[in-house]
Amino acid sequence: MLTDHLLSLITFLPLVGMVLILLIPKDRLGAIRWTAAAATGVTLALSCWLWFGPFDAAIGGIQLRESAPWIPAFNIHYTMGVDGLSLPLVFLSALIHFVAVFASWNIKKQAKGYFALLMLLEVGVNGVFLALDFFLFYVFWEIMLLPMYFLIGIWGGERREYAAIKFFLYTLAGSVLMLVALVAIWLKSGGMSGGTFDLLVLQEMARNWAADPSTFLGMKFTTWIFWFLFIGFAIKIPVFPFHTWLPDAHVQAPTPISVILAGILLKLGAYGMLRINFPLAPDAFHHFAYALAVLGAINIVYGAYVAMGQTDFKRMVAYSSVSHMGYFLLGAAAWTFTGLNGATLQLFTHGTSSAMLFLIVGVVYDRLHHRNLNDFGGLGKRMPYYMGLSIVGMFAALGLPGLSGFISEAMTLMGSYQVYPVLVIVSTLGILMTAAFLLYAIQRVFLGPLPEKYESVPDINGREAFCMIPFAFLCVLVGVLPSLILDKMGPTLELLRDQLAAVVGG
Amino acid sequence: MLASLLQHGAGTAGHAAVAAGAAAEAFGPATAGWLLAVPLLPLAAWVVQILVGRWLPRQGDWLPTGAMGAAAVIAIWHFVKVLALHDPEFDLAAAVELPRWKFFFSDPSLTTGLAGFSAGILYDNVSAALLAMVALVSFLVHLFSVGYMQGDSRYNVFFSNLALFTFAMLALVISDNLLFFFVFWEIMGLCSYLLIGHLAADRKEPKMSAAWASMKAFMTTRIGDICLFIGMMMMWKAFGTLSFRELYAAVEAHVAGHGGDWSPWLTGAGIMMFLGAVGKSAQFPLHVWLPDAMEGPTPVSAMIHAATMVAAGVYLTARIYLLLSPTAQLVVACVGGFTALFAATIGITQFDIKKVLAWSTISQLGYMICAIGAGGVAAGLFHMLTHAFFKACLFLGSGSVIHGCHHEQDMRKMGGLRKKMPITYLAMLVSTLAISGVPLFAGYYSKDTIIAKALERGLAEGGLIWALPFWLLVVAAAITSFYMFRLIFMTFHGRPRAHCSEHAHESPWTMTVPLIVLGTLAVLGGKFWLLDPLGAFSAGGEWFTELVHDPVHFVDHETAHHAHLTAMGWSLAAAGGGIFLSCLFYLWRRLDPARVAAALGACYRLVYDKYRFDELYLATVVRGSLVVSHLAAWLDRTFVDGLVNAVGRIMAGLGTASAATDRVVVDGAVNFVGEATAAAGQRLRRLQTGRIQQYAYFTFAGAVVLAAVVLYRVF
Repeated sequence: MLTDHLLSLITFLPLVGMVLILLIPKDRLGAIRWTAAAATGVTLALSCWLWFGPFDAAIGGIQLRESAPWIPAFNIHYTMGVDGLSLPLVFLSALIHFVAVFASWNIKKQAKGYFALLMLLEVGVNGVFLALDFFLFYVFWEIMLLPMYFLIGIWGGERREYAAIKFFLYTLAGSVLMLVALVAIWLKSGGMSGGTFDLLVLQEMARNWAADPSTFLGMKFTTWIFWFLFIGFAIKIPVFPFHTWLPDAHVQAPTPISVILAGILLKLGAYGMLRINFPLAPDAFHHFAYALAVLGAINIVYGAYVAMGQTDFKRMVAYSSVSHMGYFLLGAAAWTFTGLNGATLQLFTHGTSSAMLFLIVGVVYDRLHHRNLNDFGGLGKRMPYYMGLSIVGMFAALGLPGLSGFISEAMTLMGSYQVYPVLVIVSTLGILMTAAFLLYAIQRVFLGPLPEKYESVPDINGREAFCMIPFAFLCVLVGVLPSLILDKMGPTLELLRDQLAAVVGG
Repeated sequence: MLASLLQHGAGTAGHAAVAAGAAAEAFGPATAGWLLAVPLLPLAAWVVQILVGRWLPRQGDWLPTGAMGAAAVIAIWHFVKVLALHDPEFDLAAAVELPRWKFFFSDPSLTTGLAGFSAGILYDNVSAALLAMVALVSFLVHLFSVGYMQGDSRYNVFFSNLALFTFAMLALVISDNLLFFFVFWEIMGLCSYLLIGHLAADRKEPKMSAAWASMKAFMTTRIGDICLFIGMMMMWKAFGTLSFRELYAAVEAHVAGHGGDWSPWLTGAGIMMFLGAVGKSAQFPLHVWLPDAMEGPTPVSAMIHAATMVAAGVYLTARIYLLLSPTAQLVVACVGGFTALFAATIGITQFDIKKVLAWSTISQLGYMICAIGAGGVAAGLFHMLTHAFFKACLFLGSGSVIHGCHHEQDMRKMGGLRKKMPITYLAMLVSTLAISGVPLFAGYYSKDTIIAKALERGLAEGGLIWALPFWLLVVAAAITSFYMFRLIFMTFHGRPRAHCSEHAHESPWTMTVPLIVLGTLAVLGGKFWLLDPLGAFSAGGEWFTELVHDPVHFVDHETAHHAHLTAMGWSLAAAGGGIFLSCLFYLWRRLDPARVAAALGACYRLVYDKYRFDELYLATVVRGSLVVSHLAAWLDRTFVDGLVNAVGRIMAGLGTASAATDRVVVDGAVNFVGEATAAAGQRLRRLQTGRIQQYAYFTFAGAVVLAAVVLYRVF
């Protein structure tokens, strides 16, 4: 019974939390926080249960499918399902939102609205990962957009409105492109006479579209939808040159929102590419794969260099995300089994390490009220535990073997080297620069003499440690036993790769 | 959990069943467990130490030290068994079934790409000897640290980092594939970073110089590491495996398939992998980090930056020797030979006792690398072992001196310590004799073999370029004995030259016992001649070269014998000459080093300034990267983001224009009717606060046009 609707539960439990929060009087802060913690906590528990319980890793295809007619006139269904691609991301989403609640403990300004929006955000994110109907996917995608706009725009830093509008418009532009593709695909699949939004059915149809040689303005149908969808998702990842909303949004967003943004929201774009963009336009993807790989390499190298040039701690971490998400694009574009697994694992590992990096920035910002890297120093003396956890996070981000980042980066690079050796060699410059800016940050924040003004800085407290430790634990665990996740993803990604190979041959 | 991940797979059948039978008899089925315990003991100690070490009695120093002691006992016990077998072809995989770990995917049905990757244990003569050496030296260094690090503000952290390091090094030694080799290689890099920077996070007096040194070390070696990774990817793309044994076979088949010719890309891949060793073993041109790494506490210098981690580069070069094309071998030999000489010249001019030893380490690593490039794999590894003993002894001795002199490192302020620190003096003296290549001492046997191998290869290949390594090494040998005796004379002989050396004292037992053990090994570690003193001078009998054979022989037995005699003559002459000159300058004081230095002028300054490579790299690589990164940041802010803002402004402008039209034209009419003021105000206010709808409206309008275009096609 429970497993029949497990995915719906995981998606909508936070909505229950939101409704409860809205019913609580706004001055009862404790009740609001604990309701949020309970709602996200139960969601996390359910996603853990999904992982260890009903999910069968041997099956590559969709599992635990739920389907019901929703808008019959347009053949829109409420279809949910999970496979090896979405499972780790759902778990990550549940974990990050749960941690975000505790990271938000100090938020006093309109806390009721804040936590309610946070719950709504989780509904949108989980829904995107679990929806198998394109229309439903789009609805969840839009649901997620709105709370994020307000969370940055109301609870952000001094330039929050600029950052929020920039985020909103950029993402909206992407959504609109997706909407165009959505409608076009629906019409292509039959429109009012038998058109469908079912992603699995559409994937089958895509083979015929790929074979259709007719063109419009010099481009095939699949090429058109490929680029519409790609730009829509690329903005979210973000892919160069659509990345400049990210540093602004991060710098202005409060810490927990940055954690969510880097930890899970960026992955939605990547997930969209693997779930919708590439399977629905396999021939166009195959044709433009090299261009995507070039963009991935640019992200890696350019992001790392720009990060090195920052003095704002949070901006630096934001650009490191740009660099790290480049690995996804590079590995996905290579489309070898190893590269694809590495790229998908990168989503998870970057989710944990970047979430940790933003928590690290948050801790130091809460205490010293600035983020200027050149104005820290010697904090290791007063904050040894904080330094220890930070070193785990930063070395996971710079891809040190034994920590999770290495596994995904090594797999991505080794998988991509089979196809794009030159791009991979260029990308290794990014590895070097990433090490450089992270070590330089460690040095400027923790090492050397402690300025007198920071003499009384306290070490991290229990709540902050509680937020960071799960990520640190995952960084080590996945670094040592990557098979825990890769075993779950492998069969699905093998299926995905074979599907595409069946269309383009080879 | 681990049990399910460790899948038993059959070892590859190697050589004669007889030998395998003997090995199987000596090594029971539990061998794999014992061998895994060697790295896992320090790992377990690390886990405990990092989590609760702070609250343990004595801050838990006994825990990593004890674990290391146990690991050393196991490693030496197995090594003795290997010695007893006396089989040059010994490979444990051929004798007993070893566990394999399917690392990325535990699902056996997944075999594509890295999904099929599995890691295993490689335990042959080389790794057996190395495992025992690393475990023993590490244990002694742990013991030494108990005395040396007393009173350190991060005592517990120091021991946890030390334990993690030894885990990585021990695991690296028994890894049977390049990927795991790389993994542990990088973890060692992390530990090296943390330990060099140990004093940068000191709670009392943090040293900023240690922070810079640790970053320099990590970044410089990482350049090499990335090259190694690229080399690995090249190998993996071509052969689909990273296991050493499979790669040997694959490369052999590949070369045979091309009529015995080495493809240029194989040369490239070999050099790329070797660059990893260049970084880790501080070879020219990536040598700059090692002298600065002396900012770390002295036990760290002894263990990581002399005996073990830097030697891992040599080990790597030996393991990939069969993957190196002749051209790549020449590159290896020349890099090694050049580094040996180049670093030795710098060693003459330094005054910091640890810096002299650091340059000496770089130079000696050059010997090993050069030997391997020249085909003397056994010789190079042999020197790596003997060097580990005498260099660890020298470093710990210098630590004892520094400890005794209240943290003074400048040799100009020492002198006359011979009487005050007799054990330290004796240990360092025998180690110096060993490194100088004086007969009877361990270093003589290994160094002599190296020089002979370089000569052999030079004779075999002919031509000027292959003759180069031999002469580089001979000259470097003379310089080595010169600067090493300079160190001994300046530190221990003459009269105390400063207050600190007058009040020096011998160190406690935890520090002298390791010195005695290592000093003994510096004498007997090359050839155990104690029971047969005359045998010390006869050819043969070195345990290591009898156990480990070179994979390829370039000359016949006769030529080898002659080459050995010639090389011995040259190396003895070089050692003697160097020692004699050193006595002239520093013991008998017939020559004044200051006057010679002044006479050499700018040349001396150049060498003293380490040929100014630091400055060169700072001006080019470091500054260059910083300039590029600032340029990229500026471009991103100005152009990429500028473009976005410009689009935003255009949209906003359109919005304003639309609102104005709305107001003037539509409202104009309304106004005329008489409700103008209120409506205009209403709209104006919306313009101020709610711009977002307008942007959205225009974006959406544009999209609808696009959609119409697409839809037109779809229909």
